[in-house]
Amino acid sequence: MSEAMASLPATTAGVKRRDGAAGDRIFYWIVLGCGLFVLVALFAAAFSMVWDGFLAFRTFGFGFLTGMEWDPVAQRFSGLVPIYGTLVTSALAMIIGVPVSLGIAVFITEVAPRSIRGPIGGAIELLAGIPSIIYGMWGLFTFAPFMSDYVQPVLIDWLGPIPIIGALFTGAPLGIGMLTSGIVLAIMIIPFVSSVMRDVFLVVPAQLKESAYALGSTKWEVVRDIVIPHTRTAVVGGIFLGLGRALGETMAVTFVLGNTHNIAVSLMEPGTSIAATLANEFAEASDDLYRSSLSALGLILFVVTFIVLAAAKLMLVRMARQRGE
Amino acid sequence: MLTKKLLSACLGAGLVAALAVSASAADITGAGSTFVYPVLSKWSADYNKQTGDKLNYQSIGSGGGIAQIKAATVDFGASDAPMKPEDLTTGGFGQFPLVVGGIVPVINVKGIKSGELKLTGKVLADIYLGNVTKWNDKAIADLNRGLKLPDSQIAVVHRSDGSGTSFNWTNYFSKVNEDWKSKVGEGTAVNWPVGIGGKGNEGVAAYVTRVKDSIGYVEYAYALQNKLPYVLIQNAAGQYPKPNAESFSAAAASAEWTKAQDFYLIMTNAPGEKAWPVTATTWAIMYKEPKDAARSKAAFAFFKWALENGQKEASSLDYVPLPETLVKQIEDYWTASFKG
Repeated sequence: MSEAMASLPATTAGVKRRDGAAGDRIFYWIVLGCGLFVLVALFAAAFSMVWDGFLAFRTFGFGFLTGMEWDPVAQRFSGLVPIYGTLVTSALAMIIGVPVSLGIAVFITEVAPRSIRGPIGGAIELLAGIPSIIYGMWGLFTFAPFMSDYVQPVLIDWLGPIPIIGALFTGAPLGIGMLTSGIVLAIMIIPFVSSVMRDVFLVVPAQLKESAYALGSTKWEVVRDIVIPHTRTAVVGGIFLGLGRALGETMAVTFVLGNTHNIAVSLMEPGTSIAATLANEFAEASDDLYRSSLSALGLILFVVTFIVLAAAKLMLVRMARQRGE
Repeated sequence: MLTKKLLSACLGAGLVAALAVSASAADITGAGSTFVYPVLSKWSADYNKQTGDKLNYQSIGSGGGIAQIKAATVDFGASDAPMKPEDLTTGGFGQFPLVVGGIVPVINVKGIKSGELKLTGKVLADIYLGNVTKWNDKAIADLNRGLKLPDSQIAVVHRSDGSGTSFNWTNYFSKVNEDWKSKVGEGTAVNWPVGIGGKGNEGVAAYVTRVKDSIGYVEYAYALQNKLPYVLIQNAAGQYPKPNAESFSAAAASAEWTKAQDFYLIMTNAPGEKAWPVTATTWAIMYKEPKDAARSKAAFAFFKWALENGQKEASSLDYVPLPETLVKQIEDYWTASFKG
């Protein structure tokens, strides 16, 4: 993205020497406008949320980030519970989604016979195109009952008694909650992460791989030692794209998370996320402080997403430097 | 992601504003409660056939309805919770009820059929407080001698979104349970002590259907459509009426509307012998001195037609007509309070 932007003025300068310089200048200003639009939209969104959320921050101060209370009747609001829910469900989605995406990408590019690569690739893109409300309805009506009848009772019986990690698997098998949300989110991010991975795996030079095979490497060794190191930055980029989506996903989570304002250790318990709280409560929030608190939550989500993406960018820069690029 | 959402929200708001502006003089615009949307759209279609006037109603939630009428972007706002008389005076508004409906507790307990389980409002509130956690708790068993109650945890389901249904439900609890009143209170959204939240009536209905040993609350029409077993609640007169049109209108009739300023009266726990204890209504909120007198007049013509002739449609959608005496009171209120 940034490379494309950086190379733009250089290209313009190169073309200017030829005829039609005026047309080219117009083109330059048009695309510059398009590029600036992103920045303007971003700052406008951030500004409006700071503006709307100001009342909440002024009223509750730093306690808005650390408190557990969300009581619309008493007009006391704080954000720790939805922040926690957002981070936990996204983390679960990544733990489940990233390995599966990697497997899909490796299968399509290295292992699968040519005849089924196309159909699987197409299926991934279709999966990416399903609206999130459909995942939410499916999650509530089909997947949650399945979890409650077949998966959660087994997890509670087998993993529940184990010390320490057993605490993650206690409670009643309601079918909804953190774990179910994490799995639904994982299914939603897999298409994004795996298609990015597939695209970058495809551009690994064939000579590199063939040389490794010629030296007697197995498929696994080629993937581990040639393909992944060669595409590392793009793979991480794809993962963070998925994480960004998981953090902000609203409708699907609203349907399967249970929308309960509490923090529980167990992954079987219902909780809430920032996006779900916003979706649930904005329409009926008539008091100024209530509305402002919801905007402040939105700002927090914005900041969290920003930090995550900035961290990813920094990581990519450092990885590039380590390899001397 | 968020930027995208914000943008689409702005676009949506712009669209609503554009619709309000582009509507012709005879078009009536309204916004608010989702509870009355089905009956308003039915009325609108019939009224349009008879008079050619059209109603353009956006069901964006009661809070949104109040916000829109305050911003004067619509001719009327609709809310499931009434505005306080002093707030009405400050804003120059008047309000009146439109239609009546009932909210019923529904359960999913093996072996218990519709109307078999009886609860008092206090015990129901105790379940929602987490004070009564098992179906065979003494408090429930004492009210249901002869009914076999399971020894299992009660899974409590409530609305996750802010809603007028929750407002009436928590208002009822505040009237019948001191503990609820001091700890939780009433509102379209509250800090629920226990349970899981479903989005919308359909979300609550879905959870109650799926989760064993659960209890939830939905509008009467949803309980009918989803064939969910309902629970009988003891009313203020000590009776256990069935939830139906008769008991809802009994509640509307026994409520003391004459004493209520600006119809600021929540019908829960109505005193009548046959009254269903959790009966609710939706209010229309309008300017007493509207900027556009012609459109306001058109709105009153529509409401007059709806209150006098539109009640059959209301019944077919499982709402209940307002009692005739109340319709008379509303019309008197119009002449007394509204200009134009």
